[in-house]
Amino acid sequence: MTSNQYDAIIIGGGHNGLVAAAYLARAGKKVVVLERRPIVGGAAVTEEIFPGYKFTEFSYVVSLLRPEIIRDLELPKHGLKILPLPSTFTPMEYGDYLAAWDDHDLTRRELYRHSPKDAEAYDEYARVMARAAKAIKPIINLIPPDPSSMSIRDLMGLLKVGQYAASLKEKELYMIAKLATQSSADLLEEWFETDALKGTKAASGIIGTFLGPRSPGTAYVLLHHYMGEIDGAFRAWGFAKNGSGGVSGSIYNAAKALGVETRVNSSVKQVKVKNGRAVGVVLENGDEIDSKVVMSAADPKRTFLQFVEGKYFPDDFVTAIQNFRTRGSSGKVNIALSKLPNFTALPYKGNGADSVLHRGAVSISPSIDYIERAYDDAKYGQISKRPYLDMIFPSMIDPGMAPPGQHVMSCFVQYAPYDLEGGWNDQKRDELGEAVIATIEEYAPNIRECIVGMQVISPKDIESIAGITGGNIFHGELLLHQIFFLRPVPQWADFRTPLKGYYFGASGAHPGGGVMGAPGMLAAKEILKDGVI
Amino acid sequence: MFNLKTTPFHERTSALCQPQNWRKWAGYFVVGSYEHVLDREYWAIRNAAALIDVTPLIKYIIQGKDAAALLHRVTTRDIHKMKVGQVAYTGWCDEDGKMIDDGTVSRLEDRTFRLTAAEPNLRWLTMNAVGMDASITEVTDDMAALSFQGPNTRKVLNLVCEKSVDDLKYFRLMTNKIKGVDVTISRTGYTGDLGYEIWMNNKDALKIWDALMEVGADYGITPVGILAMDMARVEAGLFMLDVDYTSTTHAWIESQKSSPFELGLDWTVALDKPGYFVGRRALEREKKNGSEWKMVGLAVDWVGMEDIFKRIDLPPQIPGSAIRASLPVMVGNVQVGYASTSTWSPLLKTYIALAHLQRPYYEIGTDVRMEITVEHHRQHAPAKVVKLPFYEPEWKKK
Repeated sequence: MTSNQYDAIIIGGGHNGLVAAAYLARAGKKVVVLERRPIVGGAAVTEEIFPGYKFTEFSYVVSLLRPEIIRDLELPKHGLKILPLPSTFTPMEYGDYLAAWDDHDLTRRELYRHSPKDAEAYDEYARVMARAAKAIKPIINLIPPDPSSMSIRDLMGLLKVGQYAASLKEKELYMIAKLATQSSADLLEEWFETDALKGTKAASGIIGTFLGPRSPGTAYVLLHHYMGEIDGAFRAWGFAKNGSGGVSGSIYNAAKALGVETRVNSSVKQVKVKNGRAVGVVLENGDEIDSKVVMSAADPKRTFLQFVEGKYFPDDFVTAIQNFRTRGSSGKVNIALSKLPNFTALPYKGNGADSVLHRGAVSISPSIDYIERAYDDAKYGQISKRPYLDMIFPSMIDPGMAPPGQHVMSCFVQYAPYDLEGGWNDQKRDELGEAVIATIEEYAPNIRECIVGMQVISPKDIESIAGITGGNIFHGELLLHQIFFLRPVPQWADFRTPLKGYYFGASGAHPGGGVMGAPGMLAAKEILKDGVI
Repeated sequence: MFNLKTTPFHERTSALCQPQNWRKWAGYFVVGSYEHVLDREYWAIRNAAALIDVTPLIKYIIQGKDAAALLHRVTTRDIHKMKVGQVAYTGWCDEDGKMIDDGTVSRLEDRTFRLTAAEPNLRWLTMNAVGMDASITEVTDDMAALSFQGPNTRKVLNLVCEKSVDDLKYFRLMTNKIKGVDVTISRTGYTGDLGYEIWMNNKDALKIWDALMEVGADYGITPVGILAMDMARVEAGLFMLDVDYTSTTHAWIESQKSSPFELGLDWTVALDKPGYFVGRRALEREKKNGSEWKMVGLAVDWVGMEDIFKRIDLPPQIPGSAIRASLPVMVGNVQVGYASTSTWSPLLKTYIALAHLQRPYYEIGTDVRMEITVEHHRQHAPAKVVKLPFYEPEWKKK
């Protein structure tokens, strides 16, 4: 049974699981990744749902993939290319549009067209946010210390945070305190007057949460997005060649080259426990695999409530995990197109191959009220009648995503509540698709005639296909009470768990979701630090 | 929308721009240089009449009962003392007395001012104008501007303008007419030579350009791009935002910020003016305690530099345009500052630089060494701290 004896088992072949496996293998460990589905990638997959059209099914942009992971695992050598996504285009309700281009002067000109004041505030806002992000980033990068613990490691960690906080200027502290408590609407209304600008900015404060732009705490989520900004040109932001599957694919290739073994169609039933230690897993098919440590890269609920019997965890820990908020609020509509939808605010000529707006993101976020209204529907269990949409056209960025002359379109849609009144079924899924198409149609009337095929993904589908409980794209909402030393639960934010030998390194762990890879990397480093393997 | 703006002179400038050398300036395209080498353009500034499109300069009209009070509060100059027709160069600071931007204030009428700036400042001005009767209107895109610089410019203007400019004193402005078109002419510029800036409505831009070019032909009028102007402004000891100093609104860390004293603008800080102005307390403190840094001129010792090149059998080599790169300045083996812009001065036949030095090294006459690159190797050429400006012709203010 030598082939079934490993140093580490990684449950889940999503990007975090693969990153963790690669780091462990890089340290000379024998690692196996167990993936439930027939393909690796988790929520970062690219699949050809309609022949010739590749859908970047769930996640669709790379935002904060850590540059050190790219370097350490030599991902470019294994196929990673992150292509620019240079603009955001927001069509407005009365036929005009607002755009943010990649060039600073162009963007200023464009904003100036709507409001000279906003054009200037935009720069200052970006700087204030970037400064705030710079101020809290060192905290984010720490292994979260537990403020109630008396261990040397936690005390040293706390000391570092304290020293750091003391080094901040008063103004920065106030700013952070404010950002931590405000709603994104309140924050943005302090700065801007153009509705479409406020709407578009506010949108990034609600992604992956079950909150509206007027809910307190959403300002922090806005700030979270600036973490990548402060790395400037070094940040990995854009659209990966071959979609998000291209990211997982390159990590998979890197892991494989480092000797990681991956088994697909290998659903884990339970973690084996012996003498109070995790010592391997039992698969759904009854196979057993032994290891010195087990790391879960699944969501917190499955990690702690499904894979391990409750008796191995303290009661309050189980309760805390039960209370961890994983309310899915978004869906995804992937569309195969015979031609590009033509936006009336800035129509293209010919077949649109040179349409600038289609190379970037198109955001349906005409105002804060628009998004808040979309939230109102969701609050009471309905699909937003007019949802917020974040759309990209992957085939315009990477021509390999669709047959020549054809296109694919990726629409992130919020809100589509996981707990839909009456539950999700095929009819409801069609309703979600129709809400998206009807919304797009208001700005691009020819959308229906462009559609060759369409895939609608509800939060329920995210749960059943990608295996994320609740269908939350971050495995757990990015809320103030669910980040840093509180993620996933207090006292256990350091990738360890109450069960010895069992580790947790996925989006539900610090520092959170997005195709970032940080939880996987940090967890692997902690496993190595413990010296068990 | 997909491209930057072009100025109202574009029809003329684009036809003349031989090397297709365009530069971005505050959201506009302007000519970097009209010819393939800068010499003729540079010498037009120093010896004839240079015509420079400076339309992208950001311009605000500030109007109302409290217009003077607003500018008095925001800038470091004593605005209440300014007469109608007077122009004042000034910086403006944040509460900590560190520079946000710099430009000129022109008192067009008793209650009407024009403020120029390198960067947008509308938000800052509006914040300071709370409760005041002062309207702030940006006119950058409505108002074209030409900088007309060089010893022959007065003669040309006298021929082309309805009224003589003979009596127009340094840093004063007048209204005038060219070919029947209303213009404002100020005796200002960014070259340290005799020079004027002509302000007009966009729609009149080509008419004014043509009139000047026609009459100026006999006096060596030459369209000049911003690269040649960049050399002249260093000779004149004039600095540039984002090149020679960082605005407090852009700075990431404290040490990137500069006070007006540190930039050698002591003469613009009217600590004796009545009432509050932004940054007053911090500036008073700095005045009392002295400044940690100072922007000074550096003149590289030619013979010393020649020696360094000679060691590897090369004659001295200097780039043909201003270099906007930070160059370390040393005393012994310790870095005591940095040069922010350096250029060969074709007139002075000297390699010069604007440099920021720490106390006490900023004293005039101090011997320092500035980094030069000699055949891929970093070396330090001997240089002396000198008074700014490097060059000031007697006719500049006369």
